[in-house]
This record gives sequence, structure tokens and C-alpha cells, in this order.
Amino acid sequence: MSVAAPAVAARAAHSGQLTGTRTLLRFALRRDRVLIPVWVAVNTLMVLSMPGTLKGLYDTPAARADLVGQLATNPSLRAMVGPLFGDSIGALTAWRAGVYAGLLAAVTSLLVVVRHTRDEEESGRQELISSARVGRRAPLTAALLAAAVANGVLALLIAGGLAGQGGAGALATGLGIAGVGMVFATMTAIVVQLTESARLARGLTSAVLGAAFVLRAAGDASTDDGSSALTWLSPLGWLENVRPYADERWWVLLLFVAATAAQGAVAYVLAGRRDVGMSFLPTRPGPAAGRLGSTGALAWRLQRGSVLGWSIGFFVAGVVYGGLADGATDLVGDNAKAREIFQRMGGHAALTDAFLAAMVGMMGLVAALYIVSAVLRLAGEETSGRAEPVLANAVGRLRWAAGHLVIAFGGATLIMLVASLGFMVGFGGKPGPILGACLVQLPAVWVIGGIAVLLYGVLPRGAMAAWAVAGVTLLIGWVGPALNVPQLVLDLSPFGHLPKLPGGEMQWTPVLALTVLAAALVAGGLVGVRRRDVTG
Amino acid sequence: MTKAITVSGLHKAFGTTHALDGLDLTVETGEVHGFLGPNGAGKSTTIRVLLGLLRADSGATQVLGKDPWKDAVDLHRRVAYVPGDVTLWRNLSGGEVIDLFGRLRGGLDQRRRAELIERFELDPTKKGRTYSKGNRQKVALVAAFASDVDLLILDEPTSGLDPLMEEVFQRCVEEERDRGRTVLLSSHILSEVEELCDRVSIIRKGRTVESGSLADLRHLTRTSVTAELAGPPNGLAQLPGVHDLDIQGLRIRLQVDTDKLDAVLRSLSESGVRSLTSTPPTLEELFLRHYQEDLQENVRAAAVRS
Repeated sequence: MSVAAPAVAARAAHSGQLTGTRTLLRFALRRDRVLIPVWVAVNTLMVLSMPGTLKGLYDTPAARADLVGQLATNPSLRAMVGPLFGDSIGALTAWRAGVYAGLLAAVTSLLVVVRHTRDEEESGRQELISSARVGRRAPLTAALLAAAVANGVLALLIAGGLAGQGGAGALATGLGIAGVGMVFATMTAIVVQLTESARLARGLTSAVLGAAFVLRAAGDASTDDGSSALTWLSPLGWLENVRPYADERWWVLLLFVAATAAQGAVAYVLAGRRDVGMSFLPTRPGPAAGRLGSTGALAWRLQRGSVLGWSIGFFVAGVVYGGLADGATDLVGDNAKAREIFQRMGGHAALTDAFLAAMVGMMGLVAALYIVSAVLRLAGEETSGRAEPVLANAVGRLRWAAGHLVIAFGGATLIMLVASLGFMVGFGGKPGPILGACLVQLPAVWVIGGIAVLLYGVLPRGAMAAWAVAGVTLLIGWVGPALNVPQLVLDLSPFGHLPKLPGGEMQWTPVLALTVLAAALVAGGLVGVRRRDVTG
Repeated sequence: MTKAITVSGLHKAFGTTHALDGLDLTVETGEVHGFLGPNGAGKSTTIRVLLGLLRADSGATQVLGKDPWKDAVDLHRRVAYVPGDVTLWRNLSGGEVIDLFGRLRGGLDQRRRAELIERFELDPTKKGRTYSKGNRQKVALVAAFASDVDLLILDEPTSGLDPLMEEVFQRCVEEERDRGRTVLLSSHILSEVEELCDRVSIIRKGRTVESGSLADLRHLTRTSVTAELAGPPNGLAQLPGVHDLDIQGLRIRLQVDTDKLDAVLRSLSESGVRSLTSTPPTLEELFLRHYQEDLQENVRAAAVRS
């Protein structure tokens, strides 16, 4: 008997563990036929729109050299976008879009992997799948392959789209962004082994992603060439260190490969040591008797974790951006067009104020995502069938809905308040203006929340469209000012009507009008909730 | 007031599907009423209309003298509901859910709660996700039986319960009846319905096809008789109401309409009876008789297709 026989047997046993992967992958891609294309398309468009925009902003080599010089002396801008390693349009594109494209790729991967692993186990669907001729490792493999397909297509599109700026740099940019995606795909694969809740898995991985951003920002603020140890701790830092269009350092890409492989291996080991549906952080027993006595208390109990998470995130973001504001004055420096962009985002000439106003506006846009997720808890409770037995008690529908809506609208207010606290800590200065600036975002946030309530109340099956509304608003607010989008489109977003604070003049008319609009939308939604059938 | 539930001419459509097509239902106060029908007949839809979760397209509905759509909140203080598929919050313990439902309904009998948890052998400290199907049902059953209400609406409440727990459930329903409460029990377990229910309604395709006490319904159907006779049978085939007669020498087998049983017995005793077995129709047979038409239609449709 040769020594090769056990190896062959082992390989055969191994291949059995992957039985069905191909079918599961096709099934996963079919289920993601909207999700993956949309995220990949948005990411690609954001990156590919950069060369044109940047060419308009920094049209001469002298202007670009000037920008490189400013970045060398400006920690704030480096913290936000990273250091710049060259003065070609390609280098500027990789610099300006890189970190954010990496973030988007990471979020895409996170969503895809949780959706095909922990989500499936939590719902019990995995049992049905696993009882068929499906290998033990097939589901995780299919989920990672689906993420790999998404990231691979993204890399190809970006590399192809940027090829006009130079092939090598284009390839490095695409591969780096996809690399961040894959590192977070396998990171998610580990996290989903730890917790039984898909929601918690998404939250934890998002926290890791946030930490990766903060590490890179802190590292880049302290050095101008991405060489800080903090930067190297973050996959987003590796991305800038690939240095596309500036003598690409291809070996950095190996870090992505190594991290993906190592995390993937850990995920497989963990997955192999647990039962379907179980996790390494076990569910603790709860109290035998409960104190929950109202639907409001129930709603708070269900949403308090998410309110806490968002509050921490907003506080940290406030501290970080507040801390960056001091350097903002030098940041845009002499470049008239860059100054113009900030002024268009921030609304006025004093650059520190303009910077703060732009950042607060950004937080308002993100708060819109919070309010949509909190309002749509109603839809989740209803479609899962949990609302039905609650409503069969002596509970009016409005009272039940109000429990979640108070948390959605009050929670949005709370996180903006917490953000203003963060800004005060990070920036110093007088608290009044920054508090006002944060609060003035709320009417626009509430309007987005109101649209979600209306959709839920009147078209329950289309309630998820509220995400699209929030996404479009985010896109308009994020890239609108830089892309010379017509005012008509900017006006579509409620955020476009807000006064630019701090520094600008307070305008009560739009603020009150938006508040009234939000109230009307909520009222319309509630009428729908009261009149329609409970689905489920 | 003697009627706990009255429904007449209830219609409810979802898009082009007519879930309820003129359904009638009367439940007397203090009775246990069985609500039967094949899957998709409209049982759950009816129950969700009775709870004011769905709005009827047309028809009159009264529950405990109130309109379930308009007076939902008031009404629900006096009604407890157990769905057929209980979904719980993954991070709330069973005990928390029982107490929450109790408080939302306006009070829970703590002594009875403790007693029921013991009888159903439920661990109230486990969290939602970790309960099996049967244990999730138990959470809803304890919450319902421990609350002080006039009407219990149970929609296939025992799905997932083991036979021992099924027994506990039946005792609980009997106790509720003894306390004068009304129970509407939708079920597929016909032995359970036979055991518990005073009256039943059978529905099919959104319509009521049969309603009455089990005795009334039995009256409408056939009894099967098997006998060994002393002498040759005589004139059985000519008797009214006799079906499927099968004579093997002195052994006979037949089906007879229950109200024509007397004549058959007379004729048998004329021949002399050595042994006799007579089986009353089971609820299952009643049920299948109405169901059969659907099955036959399906078979025909399949034949046409192939």
C-alpha cells in the first residue's frame, strides 16, 4: 500500500464536504440578482466619475502639484481621504475614491455573506438545505464565492474603466478595492460563527469596518506617506499603500490575499466545530417572569441595542470630524475650485465653518439610514408574524406603531444630539452653533422617516423602497456638489433645502416646512396602517 | 346574550383569490366549537377577520356583541388568541412573552400561570430562538389559558405538541368550558375535536358546508354494520337506505343511513344474529365525505391534463 492512499482518501472525504457548492452558488447569485448589481454599479460609477470631476477641478499639472504639496502639510484632509502619492489624474482618482470604494465593497461583501450564512441558519432555511445532498462546507463556500463574484466583477469594471489613465494603475486600483471587499467577506465569515443573530453579525462587522476606517484616519493624520503602523493595521490602509499610478507596490496586494486566506481558514475551522444554527457566543437564559408591560416597552427592548450602537458610532464620528476641523482652513488652501466645492457643500466662505457644516450634513444623511432601518422594524415585525399575536391583545394598531416610531424619530434626534456632543469634544469652540447645526438636520431626516412610514402604511409590500429613497438622498448629498448636478436634482433631497450651519444664516421657513411635511407623511402612513389588513 | 360569535355571508378576497365566499358561523356562548376544513379552506382567514386583523369585504360579523374591526381593542380585552405558528422574539424569554401578552390583554392570573407552566413542562427562561415548535406553541397556550377572558380563539393550537401535551391541552380546554368560557377551536386533529367539541362547523372553499352538533351530523351519515347470521339474510337489499351490501354466505356487511338503522336490525334479527358489530360514523368520515368531492375533482383535473 502506498503512502498516497490516505491522502487520496482524505481528499475524497474533503470533496464530499463541498458537494452542492455549485448549485448553492447559482442559487445565491439568483437571490442576489438585484443586490449585487446595484451595489457594484453604484461603486463603479462613483470611481469612474472621478477622473472627469478631478480633471475639471485640477486641470493643470501645476494645480495638481499644488494639491500634493498641501496634502503633505494637511493632516485633516489626509485623515479623511488618505495621502496622495502622485499628481496624475489616475493617482488623484485612486486617492479620492479609493477609501470610499473600499468601504462600499466591504459593506457589499458583509451583506452578501451574512445573507447566505447566518440569515439562512437563523430562519431555519439552512436545515432544509443541509438535509439535502449538500456538503458541510458548501454553504459557507458558496457565500464566500458569491462575495468573490461581486468583488471580482467590481475589480474588472474598475480596472477596465480606468484603463484610459494607465493600465497598471487601473488594475492596482481595481484589485485593491476588491481586496478590501474580500478581507471583509472572510471577516464576516468569522463573525457569523460567533453569534446566532444575523442582525448582530451585521452590527459587529460594521463596527470592525468603522474601526478600520478610524485606524487608517488616525494613521494618515500622523504621517503623510501611509507608513504609520496604525495605517498598516487597517485593510483600508493597505489599499492606499498599493499606491496605484505612483510606482504600484504590487506586493501589498499579497496582504489582502494572505488576510483573506487566513481569515477564511479560521472561519472554516470554527464552522466545522459547531452545529447548524448554533454559535460560539451562546444564548444565555432570560428571566422567567418579565417586566415588559406595553408595546412601547417592547419596541424599546427590541431596538435599544441598535440605538446604542448608532449613538456610539455618531459620537466617535463627531469627535473624529470635529478634531479634523481645525486643519480644515489649510486643507483647501489656495485651490479655488476645491474651496468652491466645500463652500457648495458647506454653504459659505469661512472654511472651518464650511467644513463643519459639510460634515454635519454628512451625518444627517447617515442618520436618514438609521431612521429608515428603525421605521422598517414595523414591517419586519409584521411580515415575520410577530405583530399578529400582539395586535390580538387589547392593543390599538396606532399605539403599537407609535412605540416603534417614537424610537425611530426620537432615536434620530438622539443620535444627532450625541453627534453634536462628539463635535464639541473634538473641535472645542462654542457649543451653541454646532448643536444648532446638528439639530437643523432633523427635519430632513424626519422627512425620509416619514416617507418610510407612508410606504409602510400604504404599500406594505413596497416598504423596502424606503431604502432606495434614503440611498438616492445619500448619493445626491454625497456626490451632488462635486459633480455639478443641476439644482433641480439637488432640490429633490430634503437636505438640499436646509440652511448651511454653522456659519450660515438660520432660515426657519424650510425647516418648519420640512417638519410639517414629515408630520403629514407620518399621519398619512398611520391612516394606512389603521385601515389596511395586517399582512403576514 | 347567547351567541359568542355570529358571522353571516362573510366575503374576503385577496386580489383575485376568494378566500371567503359567503361564510356563515355561529358559536353559542359557553360551548367548545370545532372549526374544520382542509388546508386553504379559509379557517385562518376567518379567524383573522374575527380578530379584526383583516377587514371583511362584505358580510356581518359580531364577536361578543361587538364589531371586531371597529371595536378591536375593547374586544381583545375579553379574547385570547393562539396562532397555529407562533413566532417569538429571539432575545426575549418565554416568561417575558407570557407576561407581556398578559399585561397587554389586561391582566394575568399569576397562580394559574405558574400552574400551567408546570403542567405544560415549559422552561420560561429560554429565549425565543432556542424553543422548538412545540415549546413556542406552549408559550402562546400558557399566555392564553392564564388570562381572564370570555372567548378563546385557537387556530390549530396543538401543532407540534406531543401526545402527552396534547392530553394536557384537552384538559385545559375542558376546564375553560367548565368555567363557562367559549372556545373556537380550529383543528386538523379530528379525535381532538370529537373529544372536546359540542358543535362543529365544516368549511370548504370559503363556505360553510355543514354545521351542528356531532350527534346531528352523525345522523346525516351512514353506520357500517357487520354481522354473522344464523340463517340466510332476507330482503336486505330492498330495504331503504342500505348501501354497499356484501353477502358472503351467512356473513353480511353493509352501510346504512343512520336514520334507517332500525329496519335493518329488525330484518337481521329475523334471520337470527350470531354476532354483530356496528360502527357509528367517525368525524373523519364526515369530514372526508365533504372533502372527497375536492379529491375527485383533483383526480379528474389530473386526468384531463395528462
